[in-house]
Amino acid sequence: MAEVLVLIDHVAGQVKKPTYELLTLAAKLGEPSAVYIGAADGAAGAAEAVKGYGAEKVYVIDDAQIKGYLVAPRAEALAQLAGSASPAAILLPSSAENKEVAARLAIKLDSGLITDAVDLDDSGVATQSVFAGNFTVKGKVTKGTPIITVKPNSAAPVEKAGAAAVTPFEVTISDAAKTAQIVASQPRKASGRPELTEAAIVVSGGRGTGGDFSAVEGLADALGAAVGASRAAVDSGWMPHTFQVGQTGKTVSPQLYVANGISGAIQHRAGMQTSKTIVAVNKDEEAPIFELVDFGVVGDLHTVLPAVTEAVKAAKG
Amino acid sequence: MNIVVLVKYVPDATADRQFEDDFTVDRVNVDGLLSELDEYAVEQSLQIKEKREGEEITVTALTVGPEAAEAAVRKALQMGADKGVHVVDDAIAGSDSIATSLVLAKAIEKIGAETKVDLVVGGLASTDAGMSVVPAMLAERLGLPQVTLAAVVETQGDQVRIKRDGDVATEVIGGTLPLVLSVTDQSGEARYPSFKGIMAAKKKPLESWSLGDLGVEAAQVGLGAAYTEVLETAARPPRTAGEIVTDEDGSGAKALADFLASKKFI
Ligand SMILES: Cc1cc2nc3c(=O)[nH]c(=O)nc-3n(C[C@H](O)[C@H](O)[C@H](O)COP(=O)(O)OP(=O)(O)OC[C@H]3O[C@@H](n4cnc5c(N)ncnc54)[C@H](O)[C@@H]3O)c2cc1C
Ligand SMILES: Nc1ncnc2c1ncn2[C@@H]1O[C@H](COP(=O)(O)O)[C@@H](O)[C@H]1O
Repeated sequence: MAEVLVLIDHVAGQVKKPTYELLTLAAKLGEPSAVYIGAADGAAGAAEAVKGYGAEKVYVIDDAQIKGYLVAPRAEALAQLAGSASPAAILLPSSAENKEVAARLAIKLDSGLITDAVDLDDSGVATQSVFAGNFTVKGKVTKGTPIITVKPNSAAPVEKAGAAAVTPFEVTISDAAKTAQIVASQPRKASGRPELTEAAIVVSGGRGTGGDFSAVEGLADALGAAVGASRAAVDSGWMPHTFQVGQTGKTVSPQLYVANGISGAIQHRAGMQTSKTIVAVNKDEEAPIFELVDFGVVGDLHTVLPAVTEAVKAAKG
Repeated sequence: MNIVVLVKYVPDATADRQFEDDFTVDRVNVDGLLSELDEYAVEQSLQIKEKREGEEITVTALTVGPEAAEAAVRKALQMGADKGVHVVDDAIAGSDSIATSLVLAKAIEKIGAETKVDLVVGGLASTDAGMSVVPAMLAERLGLPQVTLAAVVETQGDQVRIKRDGDVATEVIGGTLPLVLSVTDQSGEARYPSFKGIMAAKKKPLESWSLGDLGVEAAQVGLGAAYTEVLETAARPPRTAGEIVTDEDGSGAKALADFLASKKFI
């Protein structure tokens, strides 16, 4: 069976959940091989983690020559690996950076590219959600090695023992790939809450919070949820841009999305419309967000949310 | 300095967007316009020109698209770009990002044949296909550094520095011209064309090029040459109307908590 390369999503060797989802999808297409690009000392831990999700091989690419630069060296490294492994497909977790890596890889390998897949079947047909979540599209790559970026929450990870044979892979990075340098990097502070794009529940706030996110955060913490924000809240400086949900922020597809003081503009919908259950609290009964909801409360978020938070805490004991 | 700004003509996101029978995006029956995310690219290009006072700087707006796509270039000219180039050819219809980036790369080379192109500026994503891949593909094809998804842009001499909200960190990225830059909607509000700008745009040069002008074969582009095939499209089933309650003295919170419990979220 041909190999399917899966790029491991990790921070300092700590493997993130989307990796397991991709390994699960990869097993439908062939034999999953995980690809670790990172510091050599994090490789063993990463290999151990992916072993439980069916990775037969773990290619280890030392990022000493890669980490100081943006995108291009990663694409070069993966192109070299693809040249030697001749994979049936290459799967990458959908992130801004990985989509660009995939883009360059597609040109290098003269191969087709599908971005932001939300599902993948055993014949390689990918499902995407387009036009602000108003349409779903099924498609497949017809030329070269399919390169597919997959969004978080696209599959339920299936535990399965794999050999996880660690296979170091040497890459040669050209000078031409080292032209966009990372001059400074400020790692994001861990919030202690789940990652926005991976969370099962997202509680968001908009302009209607008036800048006070405590009620939103309180409910999020009671539910074990991630916190999101509308662009209005971000533009007002109340929340960092990385919390923004929507067309120009993150797309989320959690089990439950709770929109508070958010009107439901098309650009916001684009980022949350595919959530399984949608709830809104808004004091304007005419707010367009109510067209989307499974359950809505017309009311002031500053009084409704704290009371719901108390009820959640009481129920959880 | 020679700046090329990439502008895409897209169906209006607030209109009822549809697909054609061959699953390509309907670009005829839905009103189109300059992708609002590319307005930010035009804005940053103009700001670079304005900040580098005294230098001779030309901003050329480039689009690849159907007849109507000329409107995207016109808008960029009204905002303040100096020249426009519209690559239009029936064979291009249905092109995927791989073919689009090929045509854009050839057009940039042609623009650069007279005066070298120093900076290619694109948007965060096209609002129709929205892959966020074309600038990276162009950098790969043109062999240029990519400094992409900028929230803040600064240039000095031949140096470009941007701030980028990366996936796990906020990063400052630096590169040396010539390079490919792309900007996000965080980079600063785009200006509206002024009345003077609209009048001036009428006299600005706008060239229309075919594939033949670029030395690209019809067989290299279009739906037939696509590297991916769409098998089906389906409108998302409308959401069934949910229950909406009005809060009175805490009743809303109780009802919401009950709803969450009934769905097993608590
Ligand atoms: C190019 C572009 C990209 C964009 N990308 C995004 C994006 O990615 N994400 C995004 O979200 N937006 C995006 N937008 C902006 C979008 O169009 C809207 O402006 C934005 O979503 C509005 O945010 P909001 O709902 O918080 O604010 P508003 O539209 O002002 O709505 C606030 C809501 O709060 C309610 N409210 C007020 N007080 C209370 C209270 N005490 N209790 C309960 N409810 C209250 C009001 O009734 C109102 O419905 C984009 C726009 C453009 C042009
Ligand atoms: N047909 C096109 N003509 C001009 N620019 C384009 C075209 N397609 C994409 N671009 C540019 O590339 C950016 C990213 O597009 P995409 O990869 O399609 O999301 C856009 O914001 C534009 O700046």
